[in-house]
Amino acid sequence: MLKFIFDQDTWQEIYSSIRKNKMRTGITIIGVMWGIFLLVVLLGAAKGVENNFNKLFGNFATNSVFVWAQQTSKPFKGFQEGKGLTLKMSDLENIKNEIEGLEFVVPRHQTQAMAINNFKSGTFGIFGDYPELDKVQKKELVYGRFINDNDIKEKKKVCVIEEEIYKQLFDEGEFPIGTYIKINDINYNVVGMYKEGQVGGGGPQGNIHIPFTTFQQVYNRGDSIGWMMITGDMEHDITQIEADVKLLLRNLHKVHPNDERAFGSFNLGERIAQVTGFLTGMQFLTWFVGIATLIAGVFAIGNILLITVKERTKEIGIRRALGAKPWEIKRQIVLESVFLTSIAGALGIIFGGLVLMLIDNTIGKGPEAALTNPTVDIPVVITAAITLVVLGTLIGMIPAQTAISIRPIEALREE
Amino acid sequence: MIKIEKLHKSYPIGKDSLHVLKGIDLHIKEGEFVAIMGSSGSGKSTLLNIVGLLDTHDEGIYKLNGQVIENLDETKAATLRNKFLGFIFQSFNLITYKTAVENVALPLYYQGMGRKDRQKVAMKYLEKVGLKERANHLPNELSGGEKQRVAVARALATQPKVVLADEPTGALDSKTSHSVMELLKDINREGMTVFVITHEEDIAEQTDRIVRLKDGVIISDEKVNKTVTA
Repeated sequence: MLKFIFDQDTWQEIYSSIRKNKMRTGITIIGVMWGIFLLVVLLGAAKGVENNFNKLFGNFATNSVFVWAQQTSKPFKGFQEGKGLTLKMSDLENIKNEIEGLEFVVPRHQTQAMAINNFKSGTFGIFGDYPELDKVQKKELVYGRFINDNDIKEKKKVCVIEEEIYKQLFDEGEFPIGTYIKINDINYNVVGMYKEGQVGGGGPQGNIHIPFTTFQQVYNRGDSIGWMMITGDMEHDITQIEADVKLLLRNLHKVHPNDERAFGSFNLGERIAQVTGFLTGMQFLTWFVGIATLIAGVFAIGNILLITVKERTKEIGIRRALGAKPWEIKRQIVLESVFLTSIAGALGIIFGGLVLMLIDNTIGKGPEAALTNPTVDIPVVITAAITLVVLGTLIGMIPAQTAISIRPIEALREE
Repeated sequence: MIKIEKLHKSYPIGKDSLHVLKGIDLHIKEGEFVAIMGSSGSGKSTLLNIVGLLDTHDEGIYKLNGQVIENLDETKAATLRNKFLGFIFQSFNLITYKTAVENVALPLYYQGMGRKDRQKVAMKYLEKVGLKERANHLPNELSGGEKQRVAVARALATQPKVVLADEPTGALDSKTSHSVMELLKDINREGMTVFVITHEEDIAEQTDRIVRLKDGVIISDEKVNKTVTA
């Protein structure tokens, strides 16, 4: 069989039979090409959308929940409703001790302030952070480092800035690390800069991170916490953790156990699950449409080969009279089918890739991109290609069987 | 070479069956030049198909080159056809998108001969039929006589035991008919068994032996008196 595939004569035969039927060959190839082209482009586009979502959420630990204090909505233990609540550092320890399945509990503070560097200034989100923030909300550092334990311990006046801040406060080409920017009349040494592109913070105007302890001292927050990010480990349901934490907090702050509004929370895990569910659905749809189109294309090949076999009845009869064995006829037709599907598949993949490149170069760039980096994985392409060849072989069997079921005498009968 | 005894063949037509060959006895020795004659419906084509292993017989014995032919599957039949038989058809049956030399080389391809050897052998036979210069022409660039000569070359290429010609001159004018018959005679003179089916008297007379068929039986089987030299 291998000898047959690598035999020059085999390809000569295929070449001449294809050359003879340019029209049907062309149409066939277009059919399958369209199928795989759609599959590649759709998968690429789906990947682009997924990448977009990942760009938005990707830097957050997916199983995280944000918790903050609000006001009581029910009177309890002698307190009127509407009592203002503040999270404290001691809450943190209690949560860590009481709740199971936690990975990180990261307290944060947040405010807005004007930052000044030489003659440039802007109003930005100022965050008081622990080094652990980097674990739950990954910072892609361009220069320097994130806040470390030493900064926390010594309440250092250092800050880590987002690239957006750099763009607004620094001259192009200026190296930010080691310089000082002024926030509320206090100079902070810039120790790190990270890539922009996250949600859940200061928004488009950019974020500045200073040590949590520094924030508490500078903004006179005592031992309070603005809000906290809690992440659960893989074995525990983040929604359960969210409920447990809030119940514990209500207990600690002497709030009615059923007072749902006393502490607010935002369950990122749940939101991400919704989005990923949507993405999975979209990908499923893509595969479904792509494969269905592909199968339709392959059937078209089978159909056209079937017609061709009818047209070539006489030729096949001649070949058999000259001593072609049935399986020699069969493998010829199957190989033709496989060859056509492979060529069509390769063309489809190439064109699909080109279109994805085009998309990437036109609407795939920048922070507002509709599709980010639309790509198709090589294994996916290979799988699709193998599927095509297998389908081509199977579908080629049908006309091949038809071809040899016609007896040579009938094929040669004069009209 | 070909030995046929009490050969019967019928075709089903609806509920009935058409009895085409009703007990044919025929013995063709090696090197003979035989014509089967008969009007249409006499069963001559059916006989040729059975002899050519393109069809199977119902009853009787058929021996080709000493081998009893029965219960052949298509693969075996194809091998035997390739090895022992060369076909020449009325409508030439050349493959239209292959050049003359490729057509001649085709049976050799199915014999498993290498490319270069095939080319060489095919050219040799094209030269034999006088078409060496036309080797790279497609069939539609050849005249009817040339096409039939290509077909003859193709039939000879595998050095078969028997050449079967089904109305080889049926589509040719008398002049080209003559040249094709001369070619067949030459082949026969070299020792090849040639088996021609025709309904033309003057074609049959150029052979050595005429077998006349009518309604599925042989009505006469006689040697041709070779008084007229060609």
